[in-house]
Amino acid sequence: MSMTDLSPMPSKSYLTDPPGLRAWLLTQDHKRIGLMFLALISTAIGLGAIFGLLIRTELTLPGPTIVSSGHIYNRLFTLHGTIMIFLFIIPSMPASFGNYVLPLMLGARDVAFPRLNLASLYLYAGGLVFFLLVLVFGGVDTGWTFYTPYSTRTAAPVILAVVGVFILGFSSIFTGINFLVTIHTMRPAGMDWFRMPLFLWALYGTAIIQVLATPVLAITLLLLAAERTLGIGIFDPALGGDPILFQHFFWFYSHPAVYIMILPAMGIVTEVISVFSRKHIFGYKFIAYSSLAIALIGFLVWGHHMFVSSQSPLVGMIFSALTFAVAIPSAIKVFNWLATMYKGSITLAPPMCFALIFIFLFGVGGLTGLFLGALAIDVHVHDTAFVVAHFHYTMAGGALMGFLAGLYYWWPKITGRMYSIALGQIAALTIFIGFNLTYFPQFIIGSRGMPRRYFDYTRLLEAHPEFTFYQILSTIGGFLLVGGLVLVAFTLLRSLVVGPKASQNPWGAATLEWQCDSPPPHQNAAAPALVGDCYDFDNFQFDEKTRSYVKLP
Amino acid sequence: MTEPHPPSTQSNDDGHPSAHLAHHFNTPRQQYDSARLGMWIFLMTEVLFFGGLFCAYAVFRANNPAIFVDGHHFLDKPLGAVNTVVLIFSSLTMALAVRAAQLGRRRSLVGLLTVTLLCGLAFLGVKAVEYKHKWDHHMVPGQARIAYWFSHEAAPEPRKEFRPEETYVRERLAAEGFESLTQAEYTERVEHLGTFMGIYFSLTALHAVHVIAGIGVIFWILIGAIRGRYGRQYFTPVDMVGLYWHLVDMIWIYLFPLLYLIH
Amino acid sequence: MFDALHPIWPTGLPFAQTDGFWLPDAAATNPAMDRVFNLTLVISSLLFALVVGLMVLFVVRYRRRPGMPPQKSAAHNLLLEITWTAIPLLIVGVIFYQGFVAFMQMQTAPPGCYDLRVTARQWAWQFIYPNGHVDENLHVPAGEPVRLTMTSQDVIHGLWIPALRVKQDVVPGRYASLWFQADKVGTYDLLCTQFCGDEHSNMLSTVVVQTRKDYEAWLKDAANYLKTLPPAEAGKMLYQRRGCVQCHSIDGTAGTGPSLKGIYGKPQQLNNGAAVVADDNYIRESILEPQAKIVAGYQPVMSTYKGLVSDDEITALIEFIKSVK
Repeated sequence: MSMTDLSPMPSKSYLTDPPGLRAWLLTQDHKRIGLMFLALISTAIGLGAIFGLLIRTELTLPGPTIVSSGHIYNRLFTLHGTIMIFLFIIPSMPASFGNYVLPLMLGARDVAFPRLNLASLYLYAGGLVFFLLVLVFGGVDTGWTFYTPYSTRTAAPVILAVVGVFILGFSSIFTGINFLVTIHTMRPAGMDWFRMPLFLWALYGTAIIQVLATPVLAITLLLLAAERTLGIGIFDPALGGDPILFQHFFWFYSHPAVYIMILPAMGIVTEVISVFSRKHIFGYKFIAYSSLAIALIGFLVWGHHMFVSSQSPLVGMIFSALTFAVAIPSAIKVFNWLATMYKGSITLAPPMCFALIFIFLFGVGGLTGLFLGALAIDVHVHDTAFVVAHFHYTMAGGALMGFLAGLYYWWPKITGRMYSIALGQIAALTIFIGFNLTYFPQFIIGSRGMPRRYFDYTRLLEAHPEFTFYQILSTIGGFLLVGGLVLVAFTLLRSLVVGPKASQNPWGAATLEWQCDSPPPHQNAAAPALVGDCYDFDNFQFDEKTRSYVKLP
Repeated sequence: MTEPHPPSTQSNDDGHPSAHLAHHFNTPRQQYDSARLGMWIFLMTEVLFFGGLFCAYAVFRANNPAIFVDGHHFLDKPLGAVNTVVLIFSSLTMALAVRAAQLGRRRSLVGLLTVTLLCGLAFLGVKAVEYKHKWDHHMVPGQARIAYWFSHEAAPEPRKEFRPEETYVRERLAAEGFESLTQAEYTERVEHLGTFMGIYFSLTALHAVHVIAGIGVIFWILIGAIRGRYGRQYFTPVDMVGLYWHLVDMIWIYLFPLLYLIH
Repeated sequence: MFDALHPIWPTGLPFAQTDGFWLPDAAATNPAMDRVFNLTLVISSLLFALVVGLMVLFVVRYRRRPGMPPQKSAAHNLLLEITWTAIPLLIVGVIFYQGFVAFMQMQTAPPGCYDLRVTARQWAWQFIYPNGHVDENLHVPAGEPVRLTMTSQDVIHGLWIPALRVKQDVVPGRYASLWFQADKVGTYDLLCTQFCGDEHSNMLSTVVVQTRKDYEAWLKDAANYLKTLPPAEAGKMLYQRRGCVQCHSIDGTAGTGPSLKGIYGKPQQLNNGAAVVADDNYIRESILEPQAKIVAGYQPVMSTYKGLVSDDEITALIEFIKSVK
């Protein structure tokens, strides 16, 4: 049907120019930095997924299955959580796609602070090293939440872990500073705030959170380390401290952190839905403002993690009300996406598959958030598998699907290779089925009485013999899900070997990153003299010969 | 004497690209604006970083005011005041240094930066004296453990208890009018003193780390100033370091009364 | 059929043993939480069906047809935006309000509660009754409001009784309380829900709801066990009730702590190389100052029972340990 171009990649692109290892390790090119981040982040999700599968396998049957004690199991879920959150989801989209695409979308030559960008990469690598050290020294067993006084007293290498997170926090802050400044000062002529691609609005909101929330985590972890080493009694009641203070400090960061995870994903979904429906995004301003609203209101809801912590009911009420408020901007986005699809011309290319899967899975995640935000219901489902299911639906079903959508969307641009559409679609379907099979049963057992972080649920079986059935379903789903992820990796890596050369604009997008070669040259192209509407698909035509969309004059 | 003007929106008055213009910026103005915005955002992160500690201070003070009753008796107010004056003065010299850079006055710039640097070092010196004084009386939290790190002779206590030198503490409290305390009263006061010292050292040590970092970057621009790198066309690094130094000063201005002067 | 596949296949159907699908059987009458849960379930299901339904409809109806460009349609509509902002806001407002009202009811103990005390420790619950009796299970009279005042001896724990819809973190250094009224006689699980270490999933207890008459009879009997039972049997009850059973087996299996089987009178190898004979004094010290001597191969994780066991109880425990050969 089509003549696939299997010729080798263009000799000069950012991948080969300038050559040499040193040029990569000391690069200031945002494209190279983004790509290196992508490689490291993919390693992190692999590591996190291994721990996830170990947890799932252990929980399949009630008693000790592959692990002999809670002592070891506690390390499995802690490492799974900390690696997935700090090494994968939080940096995933900003550091890889953000770095790569942001300057290109602005027609800029780089981000505002390229050396700071490189520092961000090395800080991430440093954090990764600390986590590997944590593994070598036997892992931590506190849960990713590090609640005191357990975390100030356990013999595990908590300090190594919190130092690793501290370093990763600075990687995140530096990325945030870079993006905020770049968007403020480096927009091209004609691109005022409301002509920017919505992915950049999403990154802007994300950067606000990165910059304001992460320092609070940093000081919290520093104090935790000081308490462990020097006995400074801030959080441990035996030393005169207050364990609930730790929870407030911790969640003041960690709740906004989930919006760091989801906002870029929503930005990607916005771009993808518009492009693959061949329709101008519906409700541009509302989507833009909703990103800001989520970023800002997200700072006000941290106490909903603490409804049963013995904080006062009045405080609980305020946090509950604000929690429901923060749900609204997300709902606005979903309705605007649907309105964009209405009367569009939709193809189910892999990016679009993942965007639709996002809507489904984040829909479940977001709606189950209503349960958790309601004070009375939270009393019942807090600290159960229901919460575990909720945050996996939002974080993995939301952020991860957004990440995969972005990966499939920008892969041709980043690598210059096109992948097999069919394989991508199969991967998406596998992931969709596997995901629901893994996590939906956990809602059921959670609300029925299965706590989280339980190594052995044998003693619960008398009242709930059905728990094993659902756990088995969940494990089958887990392996299917990871199988789907492996298929994603296979599809994309395969394209590097046998995939046809990608054209400049295979999807027909109107944002500026598609105006250069795939892969782009070392020097980014300058912005056009007149920046158009980046969601106007009216005059695009698909050129069969070049396999690219071309904008007609 | 020509007034300094902000970097031009053109690449250069003469039309040649400025040597200081990074490849990814279009104009020196854009570069300068970016640097300023970036530094202000970074300073905001520092405010939030210290903010957590100040918040912990506020929570402890609200829930248990007894913690703060005795603490300030053990802090050297005169030395603290000296440090405050030194830092405020150094902020002045720093601000003048930025102006000198903008006006292209290299010798003034070098001199003012040197004075700022010396002030920073003086601050650290005074802090070292204060800390040593605490150390001598066993008032540093985790002191036994720190001593153990450096010499393995003394085994660390199983609980990291705060055990200051009793005669010294009783003496100081007696001098303030709290004489002949029973053992139970003494123990309770020492417990509160321990928490206070934890807060004191957390705040001042973190601040001192930032002072050290500030000294580092001031030294870096001092070298640049000596080499004549800064002038009317390009003074951004001096300006940015100045902003950072002012923040370091401001944090101390909050710290000093909250720790040394309240009672 | 499932039984034949036991132990690989679990017994019981997925819907086993509950009246509703989502929630466990309640021991209270018409819990407020259940109403809010079901309301939220209905609302979320409808919203979800709407969103996913529209999504699937649009994907099918507006799929790309080669040669046919997409129809013209607007890129914004203020009225629509306001509508689909305002309606969800109202909906979540309703859920918030119902959740809040039910919560206040769940948090506000009525006057005249029957007060019991709870101590949480790694890794057992202790329930302290008005007559001073300490038990590892929670017995309560049916049909009366009961209030638990709780504290922890070490790290944060969480007390959860799913059947009674109550949950509260138990924090060291302060007291937390919860109240409930159990109407149905029976036994129910009590679980720890705040992660607390190695044996977190083993920190279970049982709530025994009895008629007032039965409860009083049980309480009287239970408090007297030291006087009515031979010492070794009383010691065995203490072994279970004080949570020793969580970590120290009596059949020789090593747990978090060394097994008690046959240790009395025999030398114990300590982690500092010394050996000490497990006599009365050693056992007493191990209960009151467990960190003083650690058996080789074990971690120093046991918290002290100082103030929690009387001398008579220690004697009973020693007799029990003597009897475990």
